[in-house]
Amino acid sequence: MNLNSNAPSGPIEKRWTEHKFKMKLVNPANRRKYKVIVVGTGLAGASVAASMAEMGYHIDSFCMQDSPRRAHSIAAQGGINANKNYPNDGDSTFRLFYDTVKGGDYRARESNVYRLAEVSGNIIDQCVAQGVPFAREYSGYLDNRSFGGSQLSRTFYARGQTGQQLLLGAYGALMKEVGKGNVTLHPRCEMLDLVTMDGQAKGITVRNLINGKIESYAADVVILATGGYGNVYYLSTNAMNSNVTAAWRCHKKGALFANPCYTQIHPTCIPVHGSYQSKLTLMSESLRNDGRVWVPKGKNDTRHPNQIPDAERNYYLETKYPSFGNLVPRDVASRNAKTVCDEGFGVGSTKLAVYLDFKDAINRLGEKTIKEKYGNLFEMYDRIADSSPYKEPMMIYPAIHYTMGGLWVDYNLESTIKGLFVLGEANFSDHGANRLGASALMQGLADGYFVAPYTVSNFLAENKAKAISTDHPLFEDSVREVTSKTNKLLACKGKKTVDEFHKELGLVMWDKCGMSRTDAGLKEALAKIPAIRDEFHANVNVSGSAEDFNQTLERAGRVSDFLEFGELLAYDALHRTESCGGHFREESQTSDGEAQRKDEDFSFVSAWGFEGVGNKPSLSKEPLVFEYCKPSQRSYK
Amino acid sequence: MSAKTINLTLKIWRQKNKSDEGRFQTIKANGISIEASFLEMLDIINEDLTKAGEEPVAFDHDCREGICGMCGAVVNGIPHGPQQATTLCQLHMRKFSDGETLVIEPFRAHGFPAIKDLVVDRSAFDRIIARGGFTSAKTGGAPDANALPIPKQKADLAMDAAACIGCGACVAACPNASAMLFVGAKVSQMALLPQGHPEKTTRVLNMVKQMDVEGFGNCSNHYECEAACPKAIKVENIARMNREYLLASIVHREESTNS
Repeated sequence: MNLNSNAPSGPIEKRWTEHKFKMKLVNPANRRKYKVIVVGTGLAGASVAASMAEMGYHIDSFCMQDSPRRAHSIAAQGGINANKNYPNDGDSTFRLFYDTVKGGDYRARESNVYRLAEVSGNIIDQCVAQGVPFAREYSGYLDNRSFGGSQLSRTFYARGQTGQQLLLGAYGALMKEVGKGNVTLHPRCEMLDLVTMDGQAKGITVRNLINGKIESYAADVVILATGGYGNVYYLSTNAMNSNVTAAWRCHKKGALFANPCYTQIHPTCIPVHGSYQSKLTLMSESLRNDGRVWVPKGKNDTRHPNQIPDAERNYYLETKYPSFGNLVPRDVASRNAKTVCDEGFGVGSTKLAVYLDFKDAINRLGEKTIKEKYGNLFEMYDRIADSSPYKEPMMIYPAIHYTMGGLWVDYNLESTIKGLFVLGEANFSDHGANRLGASALMQGLADGYFVAPYTVSNFLAENKAKAISTDHPLFEDSVREVTSKTNKLLACKGKKTVDEFHKELGLVMWDKCGMSRTDAGLKEALAKIPAIRDEFHANVNVSGSAEDFNQTLERAGRVSDFLEFGELLAYDALHRTESCGGHFREESQTSDGEAQRKDEDFSFVSAWGFEGVGNKPSLSKEPLVFEYCKPSQRSYK
Repeated sequence: MSAKTINLTLKIWRQKNKSDEGRFQTIKANGISIEASFLEMLDIINEDLTKAGEEPVAFDHDCREGICGMCGAVVNGIPHGPQQATTLCQLHMRKFSDGETLVIEPFRAHGFPAIKDLVVDRSAFDRIIARGGFTSAKTGGAPDANALPIPKQKADLAMDAAACIGCGACVAACPNASAMLFVGAKVSQMALLPQGHPEKTTRVLNMVKQMDVEGFGNCSNHYECEAACPKAIKVENIARMNREYLLASIVHREESTNS
């Protein structure tokens, strides 16, 4: 497929302004005639639904949780970047743009990233107007802190729960429109199919999770904001219900899936402790502002960390990367933690952990200051690990956290299916091969508040095709197909539970497609995944009935999609024989073990087309052109 | 970390749907690692139930980091269990002893109709927020974020109130099934910030009105809500809401608009 990014040309600082002017508008009086479906109520979904409802469109908003406020954006801890330059330390739109393209290891589209940086300041203004209680200094003005991959302070935060406060702001805006009757909420509804006619999105089919009813909804445009696919690894920092199903089912209807192998492994998570473990918990990157990462210099040192003197500690990030120190980007910090553990320097009972130590910061700033900054994170660590970070270092290890890949979208955030727009983590567009900390919240809200309301309006103004009603046979077919899929899962009555299959898949993904990947390992994964999938469909045990609140059935549907999607991720990772950002191919590294890109061969977006379950997907390429950020070997030394 | 395990007897509330009257089922939970979380303990017994051909226990949960507000059950009479300021998902089994019996029930309140087992319908909270739990600032046109300085102490108090996760433990803990801690937290956040001021009168009147419509009771100063709150939201937020309500009742000129 020939992919047209529709990215404007000309001076980069004028592109978005000129593009907005060229886009068509819908007259305010006509807007109420259009129906817009928004799936997902995280930062991107809630903000676009609220903003477009304010403009006058009618919105149907869907989420699988019991309330829109539960979406997983709520769990983001550290902060949100913006180009405000309040601390007067040299920030600008161009610098945020440059840091993001570089942090993404030169695998993102320049025009999109520039626009992201350009609107970032408006996001902070908007959130403050909504009553988001960002951290402030004694002057009454907003406070900032630093995150990985940048040498200045551009991150706004609300204690360790920035995602919560931003989401509650967007949720408030959404509920305001619900109260006015401009948004109809559909909580506890899971999207299971996209209905298309002549290659254009016409609506969705959902399962009502309370009574099991399969229902369809028609619209003029469908906006997907359903998050990432990190749970393909089973253990991740994602919420338990986060899944790839909505995106994957759009992919099967013709939406290309871009760069699935770009997965982010977050360096500071609480280590795995048992086979019953259901998820991994992140400790915010902001902790690396004051925490120092180290391992003992001697192998198998079993002394208590407080008994190990400074001279016998290896602060490996500070030694290896003197300019960025503990604040190197996530991919670099994660790989280094893996390396020291693989070499036998790991700590804790599993030896798969490193220390994150606050002793020096507490001595320098006092326990009170540290408590103000990180108190809730320290308490959370204590509750889970039964150890106080005020008294002894945290133990941390990398875990799957975020997925940069997603459905391919053009500059307007429209997928390869006409009338299907994809926002936030669900699309692939802005982070390249590695996302910088505090940029996910920025992207979700940029897409939802300041990009999609314009580009979706332009689509509606230009679109001549009328919406069809749910009486159309296409909707009936969709309901029939979804019902039969659901019934098949229930009819299997096998011996193994859904979770057992999910864990099995997760282990293959983590071992072979995790922090480092090899040709042989990926081929092994490509042999194992279809085998697990076949066994799943022959031997899964899904209890209960279809016409009932049935959480096992919900999970079974999601795992069946992960079992198809995981294969695509492995194909993409196998095809990209370079290392870049979060995708590390052992065959492609510099002499000192850093990721080695191959720009001549791989400076493109891999966008995959669905060719049937178990069949090799088809590859389309969108070439990446760098006019402003000259690709170079990333260095944080 | 130790690999210590404990054996427990669970008395779990089972209820097929809203119209079923429900009953306790006794389930043995043996060999539970004390490092597991409470919800992981439920995962383990659900795997066993599934394998035995029975239906697993339905319970709401999502982030398992104590922030989404989706999980919650009453354990031995206390919403979210015995650990202070801790959601059920963050409660770990090391807080229980070997041989203990745990009674596990859903959040019970008139305003939270039953769905299944430990799952209840808390959409009343969304309807209350829809009546005024926001500022009406539309997207676009907001002034620069630093245009209006806000004293740090006020911003911090607003943040304390804004930390509410909307789980409903306050309602489940209250003998009157009052939602005043939940509503008071949102009213307080907005009352403390200048951005919330233009709508302060209608906000508190409309939200309180909806709270009554949903069938939540009144506050009679038991403070059980504060004790059960996983985010340690203080009852002073209820006092602040009452002051706001009193003032609003005096100054408002017409029937609360937006209604």
